[in-house]
Amino acid sequence: MKDKGDLHQARRKFLKQSSALTALALASPVLIKAAENNLDEKAAEYFEKQSVQIEVNGIQHDLSVEPRVTLLDLLREQLNLTGSKKGCDYGQCGACTVHVNGRRVLSCISLAIMQKGKKITTIEGLANGDTLHPMQQAFIKHDGFQCGYCTPGQIMSAVACVREGHVNSEDEIREYMSGNICRCGAYPNIVDAIKEVNEKGGKI
Amino acid sequence: MINFDYVKVSSSKSAIDALNKDAAAQFIAGGTNLVDLMKRGVASPQKLIDINNLPFKNIEQINGFIRIGALALNSDVAGNELIVKKIPLLSQALNAGASPQLRNMATMGGNMMQRTRCTYFYDTTMPCNKRKPGSGCGAIKGYNRMHAIFGASDSCIAVNPSDMCVALAALDARVVVSSNKGERKIPFADFHRLPGNTPEKDNNLQRGELITAIEIPVNDSFAKNSLYVKIRDRASYAFALVSVAVVLDMNGNTIRDVRLAMGGVSHKPWRLIASEKFLKGKIASVDNFKDSAAIAMKDAKSYGFNNFKLILTPNTIVQSLKTVSGLS
Repeated sequence: MKDKGDLHQARRKFLKQSSALTALALASPVLIKAAENNLDEKAAEYFEKQSVQIEVNGIQHDLSVEPRVTLLDLLREQLNLTGSKKGCDYGQCGACTVHVNGRRVLSCISLAIMQKGKKITTIEGLANGDTLHPMQQAFIKHDGFQCGYCTPGQIMSAVACVREGHVNSEDEIREYMSGNICRCGAYPNIVDAIKEVNEKGGKI
Repeated sequence: MINFDYVKVSSSKSAIDALNKDAAAQFIAGGTNLVDLMKRGVASPQKLIDINNLPFKNIEQINGFIRIGALALNSDVAGNELIVKKIPLLSQALNAGASPQLRNMATMGGNMMQRTRCTYFYDTTMPCNKRKPGSGCGAIKGYNRMHAIFGASDSCIAVNPSDMCVALAALDARVVVSSNKGERKIPFADFHRLPGNTPEKDNNLQRGELITAIEIPVNDSFAKNSLYVKIRDRASYAFALVSVAVVLDMNGNTIRDVRLAMGGVSHKPWRLIASEKFLKGKIASVDNFKDSAAIAMKDAKSYGFNNFKLILTPNTIVQSLKTVSGLS
């Protein structure tokens, strides 16, 4: 089997060797235009990229991505929303937790291309202007972090946990926060923060 | 991750046609396992066929069965009123698996299709007959703490990691699959397979088949006495060392009927048929539970680091039976 580099080269070579006639039969108008302008490299990218329209923190984006791009990489590298963190990158640590259509998921093992038409909320979308979200305030008050790397994921998960109603006891909070690992061990303070937000009530 | 083509389909027919057209294509639903495997180079499909738009998300009762669409999310099924009331074992098992975020992504069909978590399967620098047939098994003489004690072969001692599937095995569910030849229903016990000489095959699904639903017979007596017990290295969010799914139909102190299945011990969800036969008609007592556990262990075999499972397994069977029958 050819490796990735070989495949890329083969594709470029194919594009360079294709006559305009072949291109007409095979390719989209965009590609034909690219080929006419000898923009082979760019044309190769068009083969692989697909368009994706998503709403992130209330803002519509019309993007194009390779199918292999994860939602996390799209957020961090294309939209510069670096609040969502890459911890393990294999769906084990929870640092990349975001809300998709209101539900918490792991963005590192979600393909961006599969999020077409969906509404994404990241840690950057929680605060109301300069006013922190109650969960963010509670994390600060209760010292719910030390190094802070897992915190965006913890807070996104904590907000979902309260909205889901899985906050009826400390044990239940711990069970429903188990997908977010904190290697500094701030767990007792995280539980306190969640308890306080839940006890205060109100819409969060 | 190597790059691949992506297409989203809107009907079963177009999904199945797309798969049949391309030998290197694979369906994707929640993707929680597949994307992970692709990142690690364990799986490398050249095309993903996104089936999330197919209309397989309903949960409904049809005659004596609860029918769950293959694309229903694990979290939605676990919290569904009908499931909590009629099939509580399934709800318990689903909630024992993975994390809330993963359960919000993972589908019923996808859960059935997840691969083993054997570290030798995941590590592409290691031999593994499941990942690369003929390359050998790193686990048999390696670090095999998580591995099988029932039904393993010289080729593979990996275990199926699912909690949900253990419950479905105990409940005599059946799997509804579609292909261009029509529909067929596979008894759950026949869905997953033992490794034998072909551990690369996890199940008996044929190429070109699409899981559309799972059907579970409703049994109100079982619903009253059902329990999923999962023993793991930490309190939550870890794969089972061993797990037990049990449902009882009691007549006073007598066991009228029983179903027992285990996770973490075999290449497939492991039904304890002989133990069930033994318990049927007997009094619910610790002695009988211990005897049934001894029967279950008859053909057990361990591989070194998982020797502890020879003790943990019968203990977990006895404890589960005691708890579900109210003896402890």
